[in-house]
Amino acid sequence: MNKHVSWTASETETSEDVIRLTDLRRRFGETAALDGVSLSVQRGEILGIIGRSGAGKSTLIRCLNGLERPDSGKIEIDGREITGLTEASLQPLRRKIGMIFQHFNLLSAKTVEENVALPLKIEGWPKAKRLARAAELLELVGLSGKAKAYPSELSGGQKQRVGIARALAASPALLLSDEATSALDPETTRSILALLKDINSKLGLTILLITHEMEVVRNIADRVTVLDAGRIVEEGPVWQVFSRPQTETTKSLLSGIRPQLPLNIAERLSPSGEGDAIVAIDIAGLAAAGPFLRSLSAAFPNDSRLVHGGVDHIREQPVGRFFVAVSAASVSNLVSFAERLGAQVEVLGHVADHA
Amino acid sequence: MSPIMLELLMQSLWETILMTAASGVISLVFGLPLGLALVITSRGGIAENLWLNGVLGAVINAFRSVPFIILLVALIPVTRLIVGTSIGTWAAIVPLSIAATPYYARIAEVSLREVDRGLIEAVRAMGGNRWTIIREVLIPEALPGIVAGFTVTIVTLIGASAMAGAIGAGGLGDLAIRYGYQRFETAVMVAVVAVLIVLVCGIQWFGDRVVERLDHRN
Repeated sequence: MNKHVSWTASETETSEDVIRLTDLRRRFGETAALDGVSLSVQRGEILGIIGRSGAGKSTLIRCLNGLERPDSGKIEIDGREITGLTEASLQPLRRKIGMIFQHFNLLSAKTVEENVALPLKIEGWPKAKRLARAAELLELVGLSGKAKAYPSELSGGQKQRVGIARALAASPALLLSDEATSALDPETTRSILALLKDINSKLGLTILLITHEMEVVRNIADRVTVLDAGRIVEEGPVWQVFSRPQTETTKSLLSGIRPQLPLNIAERLSPSGEGDAIVAIDIAGLAAAGPFLRSLSAAFPNDSRLVHGGVDHIREQPVGRFFVAVSAASVSNLVSFAERLGAQVEVLGHVADHA
Repeated sequence: MSPIMLELLMQSLWETILMTAASGVISLVFGLPLGLALVITSRGGIAENLWLNGVLGAVINAFRSVPFIILLVALIPVTRLIVGTSIGTWAAIVPLSIAATPYYARIAEVSLREVDRGLIEAVRAMGGNRWTIIREVLIPEALPGIVAGFTVTIVTLIGASAMAGAIGAGGLGDLAIRYGYQRFETAVMVAVVAVLIVLVCGIQWFGDRVVERLDHRN
């Protein structure tokens, strides 16, 4: 069995699952790209799949529209099993799954509107109708003025907007995003993510995105699945996984985005008893909404001080992470006090008194 | 240059243009699908078929390795079968086409192979079949290279058509050899070379302009 930490206590009713994967496996030679992946995505949610490069993310997302075939396991899209389908019977199915790409993959020889209308051309729409639909979509993504331009005349962010418009042209039930913002600068990334979020709430579109950037997951995903070496190592609502990462993979993926112990203190940390203890406190949800820091400093007025940390908000849930220095004598009291308030506490070590 | 020589020059120019244009069109009509077949049947192609790919590649290589002057003679029975005669301008079009088709197939293959695989994947992901991929991705995306390659083929054909004089096909090359070289008429030689330079430059210029208009890649 996989090492697998699940936050969702009860699985939701199956009829609402747009995607259901059961024990998906795929090997490339010696390496297992997917090593028994099971997950489901509910209608209307945004699921982020995160992992380092080589974790199997791309293989996973490409299995969902049949661009890649698993060695074994079951893939159900909208309740329909697609694993055994021929290429020809996959084609109509793919028309209902939009996909956007890291390098946009726009056809350079076609204008923006022709790119957006291409999925409809494949579906056999008459020209006037599909160009009218393309115009609608270009308006949705804020590129009405660029209909006759060629992709080479657009910026990266604009290209991805065209990619999104094209992916939505055939009114898909599901949007797959393959590192869609990885080639964009931070500001453009935020605007593209805002657009995806907007489309998600406006159209009720289910979005599955793969990324190696925690920032992306943090910004728009409802739930996150952490993939490592072809296995799911952790999953749950984003705020919960962010506040209590259970595995080293998740912790290291999160390191750039959560408060970290300042380096000058981390360097002086020693495991045994001399000087103040440094304690990491993670607190989220209801517990973090209360006056946690005030209670803590009221209980330990003289021998605790905040070293670093802060409160972040993810999907309207407060997520706090603090580093507190506390005298050696009070460590165990502080730990049990914080845990009573619903925090997760870890004693990192001790630092000798300041010189 | 005498009016007779001038008339001869004009007639030779016409013969060269006829041979080049006819065999050019034929090499395009057969070479492009052949190049496409090479690309889609190759490993990882959209219609992978390594056996067919190997056979096509071998046949193309075989034709391409025969020197044109040998091909011209060796194909005489085939030419007679198709045109009814093995002598003259029309007869030369057969070996010229047969030489240019595999040549152009290789050039088209290179352009088609360079089409970004991500584009093919994107169209597959939107539910396109092989034919859609060929029509909407491979051909349009490779078109600048396909046209540039066709220009190269045409220019090469102009050169090759000079040898077609060996089977009485006429043309500028033949004129240059018979009058300019064998009869020491330097004026004819110079005139032919000048006409050829203008012809080649014109074709290249035209080809480049077309490519410029088609190319939206950058």
